[in-house]
Amino acid sequence: MSLLTDPLVQRMLLVGLLVGMAAPIVGTYLVQRRMALLGDGVGHVALAGVAAGWLAGSAAGLAQRDALAVPGAVIFAIAGAVIIERMRSRGEAADVVMAILFYGGIATGVLLIGMAGGSNANLLGYLFGSISTVTWTDVWITAALAIAIVAIGLGFKSALFAVTHDQEFARSTGLPVEVLNLVVAILAAVTITVAMRVVGVLLVSALMILPVAIAQHLTRSFSRTMYLAMGIGAVLTLTGVSITLTQNLQPGALIVVLGVIAYVGTTAVTSLVRRGKVPS
Amino acid sequence: MLALEAKNVRVSLQGTEILHGVSLDAAPGEVVALMGGNGSGKSTFVRAVVGAIPLHEGTIAMFGAPATPNSRKHLGYVPQRVSAAGGVSATAYEVVASGLLGYRALRAPRDAGDQIRAALRAVSVEDLATHDVTRLSGGQKQRVLIARALVRDPRLLILDEPMAGVDLQSQVALAHALGHLKEHGVAIVIVVHELGALTRLIDRAVVLEHGCVTHEGSPPPDLGVHALPGHDHEHAHEDEDPGAHSTLGLEGPR
Repeated sequence: MSLLTDPLVQRMLLVGLLVGMAAPIVGTYLVQRRMALLGDGVGHVALAGVAAGWLAGSAAGLAQRDALAVPGAVIFAIAGAVIIERMRSRGEAADVVMAILFYGGIATGVLLIGMAGGSNANLLGYLFGSISTVTWTDVWITAALAIAIVAIGLGFKSALFAVTHDQEFARSTGLPVEVLNLVVAILAAVTITVAMRVVGVLLVSALMILPVAIAQHLTRSFSRTMYLAMGIGAVLTLTGVSITLTQNLQPGALIVVLGVIAYVGTTAVTSLVRRGKVPS
Repeated sequence: MLALEAKNVRVSLQGTEILHGVSLDAAPGEVVALMGGNGSGKSTFVRAVVGAIPLHEGTIAMFGAPATPNSRKHLGYVPQRVSAAGGVSATAYEVVASGLLGYRALRAPRDAGDQIRAALRAVSVEDLATHDVTRLSGGQKQRVLIARALVRDPRLLILDEPMAGVDLQSQVALAHALGHLKEHGVAIVIVVHELGALTRLIDRAVVLEHGCVTHEGSPPPDLGVHALPGHDHEHAHEDEDPGAHSTLGLEGPR
């Protein structure tokens, strides 16, 4: 119990809970649209944004050179997500665009951080997450963004489902398809930036997608998949963070490994149940 | 007043003109079959009418007003089955509920449950309401998509090859359902390869060839009888629905 009174532990658990609940909301829409890897492409663009923010902070002579890293990541991630969405809606091969952003983002990030007088080591916290360094300011920013993601992702669930399920039909009904597509893209970008501190750019997609993949084994409904994925995401992040309080393990990687184990486990159990080997 | 009035519709996709000035209209209570071979432009025309792809030239009016997102509130559209395929499971109820959305209607009304169940019941899939649509047979999935269009209480119904992959008994039952809508004044435009069970329902056929109208009037007689139940098919449907031998009004294997 004494651990829970530690402000650092409180901040880690709070950020883990917020990100764990918010990320699968966007993940559900991305899986629905069969764009599960969008997080990877946009995540790497966000890394370039981190480096650009770092460069801007250095150029402005700020005492804390990474003060503009997160704003830079948000701007770059939104730009990357909007570009991917625009290309997709024009019928371009989305996977090729994502691959170009993937490589271009990480290469630009490495170049810019060098120009800012930093080293690749400065990027490691963003690549693999650095939840143990979050401040109360980080917590409040994460809380505000997570609440926005939850409010928009759940508040417009019906319309976002309609657009991601069958865009052609949605257009025939008069729904503002382009606007709703942009909402999904921007939500994804903001989620990636928020989750970056917890699991890092390299694993950010996993936190959005794995809870959805697990929930898919347990329910047939889109709504229940989303709510269940939110719960699974929260349990995974809280469990991962809690274990690292006593074990010297990297939180982001542990959360993802726990998610993979849960996915494999639920896949095996549901497959056995379906074959009738285990009473359901 | 015409329910649909499309004039001189030209559509280009990736720089190639697909439709070269197609005109088609449908009056309330009229059933128009849009026919033609593969690649003739039938689906492209339908997608242009419902607003899924832009017009290069021409005009489309619904109920006397230019087609806009707002004027499509009276439109029910049943796309080809392949266009509706999400990566996350969704129940038939959720899919049909999405039909209640539209221009400035981003949420279904809270009390829409009866309306949704009635639409499912109209195509005899009410008992599949909680089933995952991705696991339904082709014919069942088709009926859910029709229910999604019916829940909008449409005055103009456009169906793109609803008979593809559906067994003949279900085709007959679907024809009865469409006949009911026709009696209630709904204008229906239906894309079909073969008239089959719809033969007696069709008022007029428009045949497209290479993006141009080549026939308008009575359905071509050879197409009218070719797919009637009992007719000896030479070509089986590629996407035949193996599990659904039920009719829309009768219980069958699910």
